[in-house]
Amino acid sequence: MKFSTFDWASMPDASGHFGPYGGRFVAETLMEPIQELEAAYNKLKNDPAFQAEFDRDLKYYVGRPSPLYLAERWSRELGGAKIFLKREDLNHTGAHKVNNTIGQALLAKHMGKTRIIAETGAGQHGVASATIAARLGLECVVYMGSEDIQRQAPNVYRMKLLGARVVPVTSGSKTLKDALNEAMRDWVTNVDNTFYIIGTVAGPHPYPQMVRDFQAVIGREARQQILEQDGKLPDALVAAVGGGSNAIGLFHPFLADEFVKIFGVEAGGHGIETGKHAAPLNAGRPGVLHGNRTYLMEDAHGQIIETHSVSAGLDYPGVGPEHAWLKDIGRVQYVAINDDEAMQGFHNLTRKEGIIPALESSHALAYAAKIAPTMSKDQSIIVSLSGRGDKDINTVARLEGITL
Amino acid sequence: MSRFEDCFAQLKQQGRTALIPYVTAGDPQPHVTVPLMHTMVEAGADVIELGVPFSDPMADGPTIQLACERALVHNTSLNDVLSMVSEFRKTNTKTPVVLMGYLNPIEVMGYEDFAKRAQAAGVDGVLTVDLPPEEGKEVLPLFKQHGLDSIFLLSPTTVDSRLKQVAQLGGGFLYYVSLKGVTGAATLDVNAVAERIRHIRQFSDLPLGVGFGIKDAETAAQVARVADAVVVGSALIKIIEVNVNDTQTIMTKIGATLADMRSAMDKNSSSRHG
Repeated sequence: MKFSTFDWASMPDASGHFGPYGGRFVAETLMEPIQELEAAYNKLKNDPAFQAEFDRDLKYYVGRPSPLYLAERWSRELGGAKIFLKREDLNHTGAHKVNNTIGQALLAKHMGKTRIIAETGAGQHGVASATIAARLGLECVVYMGSEDIQRQAPNVYRMKLLGARVVPVTSGSKTLKDALNEAMRDWVTNVDNTFYIIGTVAGPHPYPQMVRDFQAVIGREARQQILEQDGKLPDALVAAVGGGSNAIGLFHPFLADEFVKIFGVEAGGHGIETGKHAAPLNAGRPGVLHGNRTYLMEDAHGQIIETHSVSAGLDYPGVGPEHAWLKDIGRVQYVAINDDEAMQGFHNLTRKEGIIPALESSHALAYAAKIAPTMSKDQSIIVSLSGRGDKDINTVARLEGITL
Repeated sequence: MSRFEDCFAQLKQQGRTALIPYVTAGDPQPHVTVPLMHTMVEAGADVIELGVPFSDPMADGPTIQLACERALVHNTSLNDVLSMVSEFRKTNTKTPVVLMGYLNPIEVMGYEDFAKRAQAAGVDGVLTVDLPPEEGKEVLPLFKQHGLDSIFLLSPTTVDSRLKQVAQLGGGFLYYVSLKGVTGAATLDVNAVAERIRHIRQFSDLPLGVGFGIKDAETAAQVARVADAVVVGSALIKIIEVNVNDTQTIMTKIGATLADMRSAMDKNSSSRHG
């Protein structure tokens, strides 16, 4: 397959498949609401009025376009390629998640739904959902693993301040995947008035496509900005991959530029070799979970296993199906960064550039720091700085034995 | 004739409705499951639905999720579940057994391998919650080839075009999910169920089972007036949940609950119009 001429917008196919991945593996009880959602999305995605409404919100409410910032000092010290940061951390609510929640909440409004639900891991998607619900006057319920509620207390309080109800999920591993199960259960019970805002490019079709389309603004802006600032396309893109929404958002508009190397960075946790990680593309295998076929972390009998990452937002045993496909066709290379390396990336950016990055984004930063010195000074890398790190300072302090 | 066909033909002759209990295999411990299956048959079960534990049972409520977690503490795998069915078949060759679960454990075993082994073990039907007809184009014919009926769920919101599709691909019986929600959810409106069942019958001659929300003998009897089969799950699992360490009580109480349902259902069998 020739990357430069392939029609990347033609994926997924009409039934939601990216090659063998994706699809719609759901119970009959969810079929009707999902088809209703698909019909609404297909109608609105090409509707200029809807697009204009979306663009207006991104500009005036989120503050887009987010800057593309040349991290000059950090690049110089690494002694290789120029590193540009796509500053999604500067978005309203502090991460890329809001791009998608605005899109889906507008869709919910057009569909006449009065209640939105969401799952959240790090809490960023929950905050972004609660934010947009407050603005649109919609009821909002956020499902969050009880384990994550512990790790992300500030975000839990933010959601409550915004008027959302945060429901602790105590089943299974008490993390993001279990929150997703619980949100699905809520949706199937309250389909008449409820819209489920999935926070990443996973779940049954059309979610992976829809979330990608809303997040692709990241890559479209970055492409234009790097041409303006550097006069040429980048040599490499780097983004962290949990479910993979900030990554696909950055990558998608560059897929046809075949000379641009693309790296997705998974959470290596304590190290791939220890088995304690959250890197299904590096060390998992294809299976079916949460409505789609994709790479999963599972045991020999097909049970989903617990993941480990210092970053709550990457602590997910699956990954968006488009990433699974991009891996198989060889367009994107998926690598892993361990907890320690990510912490190093966190501190480096904080000290060298005065930017405190989210632990999720720190994985991408750490990988960029690995490859930059192997590249020449006239080359460039765009790193998705998907979120800011304020929410993580408790975690970082605890890991370093500091009590706040 | 398949065990399903035998079973439903005989019930029809007697003017009775099938009682289909669901338990999760391996809950609370693997060695309890086969004796429990026999106990349920003795108490009046006509078909047994055996849950294959899965770590992420998205379409089930908290009761069955906990049952899965209890079974998974003992690592109850799909392999183990097939062995349980083989064991059950040593003394019961008549009662149809349906495996109900999620796709991933089957995918990991391999579809062909699973179909062969399930057939050899004496499984009659497979209800894969997250495998709709659209995604089953390769898998479903393989099951059929190995004598496994595909049991499909129908929901209150299933549109007619899908009813047609499901009716064509389904075997054994059709399983109508009587309310919006997950297993073990609130209450059920029997009149609404009756109306919906009349509608579904236009599309299929397969026996029609009703489940989700059947908690007691009274509801079972009401549903039995309009359906061909009554499926009861969470009400039984709750008994296991509160008696986790007491196998004898589990057996006695589940047996008694099913016997009550059986007798309530049979009482109104004379007033039933099929």
